Amino acid sequence: MNKMEKSALADNEKVLIEKFLADNVLFLGPDPEIMLDHDIAPRSELEEAGMKLEVDPAVQALIRDRLQAGTNEGYEMLEQMGAAPGAKWGDLITGVFTASGDLAVSSAGGVLIFSALVHHPIKFINKFWTTEPTVGIRPGDAFIHNDARYGNIHNTDQSLMLPIFYNGKMVAWAGATVHEGENGAIEPGGMPSAAESVYEEGLKMSPFKVVENYELKKDLVTFLQNSVREPKLQFEDMKVKLFACRRIEERVLAAIEEFGLDPVIVSMRAGLENCKAEVRRRVSEWPDGAVRTMCIADSTLRENVLVKICLEARKEGDQLICDFRGSSPEFANRCNNTVLASLKGMLAQLFLTFVWPDLPRNQAVFAPIQVITDPKSTLNSSYSTPNAESMMTFFPAFTMLQLAVAKFTYSCPKKYSKLIAPWHNMIRTFIYGGITQHNEMVGNLCADLNGMGGGARADRDGEHAIAPIFAAMADSGEQELNEEEVPFIQIVSKKLMRDNQAFGKYRGGQGYEMIASSLGSPLWGFMTCCIGSKVSSVPGLFGGYGAPAYPLCKVKGVDVFDVMKTDPRKFEFSIVDIMNKRPFEGATYTTHHFGMQFEIAKRGELFMITQGSGGGYGDVLERDPDLVISDLEAKLISHETAREIYHIVYNKDTFLLDRDGTEKARTAERESRKNRGVPFKEFIRKWTTPEPPAELPFYGCWGDDRSVIYTGPYGGMPRRKMNAEALESVYMPNPRDVRIAQLEQRISELEHGGKAAGDLV
Amino acid sequence: MKVPMTEYLEIDLDRELWQCRVCAHVLGSARKPYKEGLLVYARDPREIHKPILDPSYEFTFAPDPNWVQIVEYYCPECATMMEVEYLPPGHPPLNDMDFDIDALKRQWSTRDPVDLTRIAGPEPAGVDYRAHSHGGRARTYTNTGVR
Repeated sequence: MNKMEKSALADNEKVLIEKFLADNVLFLGPDPEIMLDHDIAPRSELEEAGMKLEVDPAVQALIRDRLQAGTNEGYEMLEQMGAAPGAKWGDLITGVFTASGDLAVSSAGGVLIFSALVHHPIKFINKFWTTEPTVGIRPGDAFIHNDARYGNIHNTDQSLMLPIFYNGKMVAWAGATVHEGENGAIEPGGMPSAAESVYEEGLKMSPFKVVENYELKKDLVTFLQNSVREPKLQFEDMKVKLFACRRIEERVLAAIEEFGLDPVIVSMRAGLENCKAEVRRRVSEWPDGAVRTMCIADSTLRENVLVKICLEARKEGDQLICDFRGSSPEFANRCNNTVLASLKGMLAQLFLTFVWPDLPRNQAVFAPIQVITDPKSTLNSSYSTPNAESMMTFFPAFTMLQLAVAKFTYSCPKKYSKLIAPWHNMIRTFIYGGITQHNEMVGNLCADLNGMGGGARADRDGEHAIAPIFAAMADSGEQELNEEEVPFIQIVSKKLMRDNQAFGKYRGGQGYEMIASSLGSPLWGFMTCCIGSKVSSVPGLFGGYGAPAYPLCKVKGVDVFDVMKTDPRKFEFSIVDIMNKRPFEGATYTTHHFGMQFEIAKRGELFMITQGSGGGYGDVLERDPDLVISDLEAKLISHETAREIYHIVYNKDTFLLDRDGTEKARTAERESRKNRGVPFKEFIRKWTTPEPPAELPFYGCWGDDRSVIYTGPYGGMPRRKMNAEALESVYMPNPRDVRIAQLEQRISELEHGGKAAGDLV
Repeated sequence: MKVPMTEYLEIDLDRELWQCRVCAHVLGSARKPYKEGLLVYARDPREIHKPILDPSYEFTFAPDPNWVQIVEYYCPECATMMEVEYLPPGHPPLNDMDFDIDALKRQWSTRDPVDLTRIAGPEPAGVDYRAHSHGGRARTYTNTGVR
């Protein structure tokens, strides 16, 4: 055998081995090649050929408008017919994707992060199911998916993806995603904060075919219905998503019939490529340099700890790099971890919604922007870590970039949207589950998560309870409609609380109070899942203050519906009055952090929360005194705040402003600032510590050095230092064990005359 | 040329200096952190975000001073509060704006001075705030008068 023959044999063997391996894959997990790439796909042959043709840009725009109208139509269908509360109040989206899977056009309304991430499962389907003989992709097929590890943000959101064929060739995809809520997790409602592993998070659907010949496969639908607490909702919304995708398919095919296949392909591809180029041009308008931001996410939802999220955004020329290294390690048995692709989707939404809302709503807007994280950090978590509450880390990450972008863009001569302080960033709402008055089991959430306060703007106050950070247009729901379907009442709803505000020259928009109580159910319970009860989750901008901290309040051992019958005057219609006046004898009044696992709510017990404020903008002493008076008249702030924060002088009875007095009061406060402030270097000398305080349960880097990551101490677990390049997952102790240890310690102290057990050794 | 970098900070490109936009006080080299030229004060967050609930409760709407402090930065001349940071006790302040001054000079060599009337950004399409009487636009009020 000569050398050539040997070489040919070796090549044959190699081909054989590769085929064997390809035919015998044990498990098709998330594909790193797909999941780590947020760029648009290379041009396909069809796109390459089309882009060589001259297609009038006006025709391209016309086609894009047709596709846009089609996605909007699909969106309306979903919103009108969907059964999930998320569908009814705007937590959904539809889109048209290229044949390769890139989001080309999404609906004008809805949650952009959903569609900005559906390209991952579509690319998975293209790569693995196209040639797989047991699956395949044929006209009339559609696929379902909800596992964030294959794309999207957490498994309460379900997507349906339908390939669009023209003359036997696949030319595009239609997609629809809805926050469905219930997904069969360890807790009802789809966002289980009690989940300590991915196997407790409910349905984890890698992309699979659930529709053939435009019909839902009954066997799979039945399996999925059996896997969740809301079988009717599961079926109805799968049907609705299928019909929405079919309508989008119809519109895409109509555009092809009218304009031809090539112009439609070119319109989608050119839209992506032009958008990417335009983003580079816009980034190049920013000043070169670095902007650094950090915040503390103060909870894993099971316990309060300091989870650091930090960002160094570096811009050079037309390059923007978002470097989150130094942020907290992942938590092995907590669900606040974020898959890297989810983080990117959320950051993309910042640009699509807040920074460049004029750009086409497609995937290319984020394509030129790089993201760097530490592997096994909470913003780049590994396959085995739960992620159902990823919002607890990627929302703060979003906020850090929102803050950084404001600092980059202030000087830019041309802006494309209003300069704003950070939006409120937490889903302060009730998740619920149990048996309804119609004897049905449900698990879902209230649309009040959409009522976040807007950030203050550079020339006016933020708007109250205006929209969530993840959707420009979403509704906070009609309480009366909810009450027809679920057995609880919001006794107080949509009421603004005094001083629940981020102060500033322009103040943040406020959130509102919610007091919920169950009525008419044999079994009912609530959950809440937010950070920010010990440390504000939303900072201010340019001297503005951040939002306050937000507790969960409970009143137990009372049936307020009985009180309303027997002595209605006792009932106070505000959280502050109920908690501070304690009007119900024998009841217990408690406050908690916002991470409440599913808890049974007896009839007439009160669960009370507030939505949050957006960040404030500018120095409080620059706030127009007339605006302070306006806020006083509207009962948005207290007299204490007017006098001690804004330093205005006025008649408390008539609200008549004393302008000279105000000027003097503010001058005096400025003098006080000069007296109490110390030069920076002196401050650093006294303030800065080389490591986190020993007792602080701190997770992340300390200061500028991002190579060392601290964890703990917490619950008997000692403080550790890790190399950022070799992070290890953090295991948290069971909160019950921590509580038992605390109580045993207390017993020991009492038994030994006030001395801790450790002191006695 | 002076380039406004934040509501209260500008960079004098010719002299390469950070300056206060309210009183024109020079804060230091633009190649160094602007914070080095400011007065700093760390305060208990409960002084700003006062407990709305009875302080006997564990959570009151006020942040926990053992976990976070509010670090305020003032202009040493006019005492304008230019920046606020929420930091765990002892955490080093961030060098939050670290711009490439040479690149900034090149960038602005072909630009006209900033039009301050447009610096807040455009109004949202289709929204006319003049039609609203509440939450409306106030005149810009500063310690040196209306600007």
